[in-house]
Amino acid sequence: MLRTHQRRGVGIELEIPARAEYVALVRLLVSSLASTRRVLAESRIDDLKLAVSEACTNAVEATRSGNERVVVRWHEEGDRLSVDIEDQGHGFDPANLAVHPPVTDPERLNFERGLGIPLIRSLVDQAEFAPSSSGTCVRLVMYCGPTEADDGYAGEEEQEA
Amino acid sequence: MPAVGAMARPYRRRGTSVAQRPPESGPDERTLGMDLQLEVVDHDDSSVLVVHGQIDVHTAPRLRERLVEMVSQGARRIVVDLNDVDFLDSTGLGVLVGVLKRVRTHDGELLLACARPRILKVFEITGLVKVFSIHPTVDAATA
Repeated sequence: MLRTHQRRGVGIELEIPARAEYVALVRLLVSSLASTRRVLAESRIDDLKLAVSEACTNAVEATRSGNERVVVRWHEEGDRLSVDIEDQGHGFDPANLAVHPPVTDPERLNFERGLGIPLIRSLVDQAEFAPSSSGTCVRLVMYCGPTEADDGYAGEEEQEA
Repeated sequence: MPAVGAMARPYRRRGTSVAQRPPESGPDERTLGMDLQLEVVDHDDSSVLVVHGQIDVHTAPRLRERLVEMVSQGARRIVVDLNDVDFLDSTGLGVLVGVLKRVRTHDGELLLACARPRILKVFEITGLVKVFSIHPTVDAATA
């Protein structure tokens, strides 16, 4: 079962089963919160949603039985918001990730995995990975600026109109 | 918080009460807008796979399965139409990379049709924009 609750002054927490079918629910929560709270421009919400989704995917894939839980915490403070994704998996060493061949190298096609962490690092303002023997906590931070589109593209709806 | 209150709704399906749903059946994919629909269309000498919905860790295996099936059935010029895809993550990219390799071993080609900025951005960040042949529309890809 899903559990959502709000903690006064701290943020919002969602706990999901560590299963692939629940990752979309986390995306829905993050994009709904970011839109409702009006803290980020549309394109930055997409970035945060993708980064959180990637972290949740890693959390789900790090667990073995599917009975573990993944906890997602949304927290706003001053000029930034953070999303923590905490799992009960076997952890990994963020400093020792496999390095892919350059995209122009035909060998690049042998690597289907390992794109998640670089994506996360590109999409958010700050990403911290804290592995431990009991699981991994990933903290994603976005600095909140004006909500007008200001970073690359003007929001998809606007462009497609 | 209205956003959190709204989270109870995904369990409801028209004409189906919450109590009728099996307890661990997972969230209702359609209501969440996270279902993946795949449609194969022949387009001149190309096979076009039109993808609707979201491609993530949950749905990507179905995308892989369908593309592998197309290759094994003899398709050698495949266009994947991503113009109705709302979300694409690294799992989806991985599937496309794997299928590109598979198609090339059969001397075939895999082309992508996509003009959505939020999807193109994922290819750009990862550098895969240089690996794939990406066109704005299916017509442009097959021209």
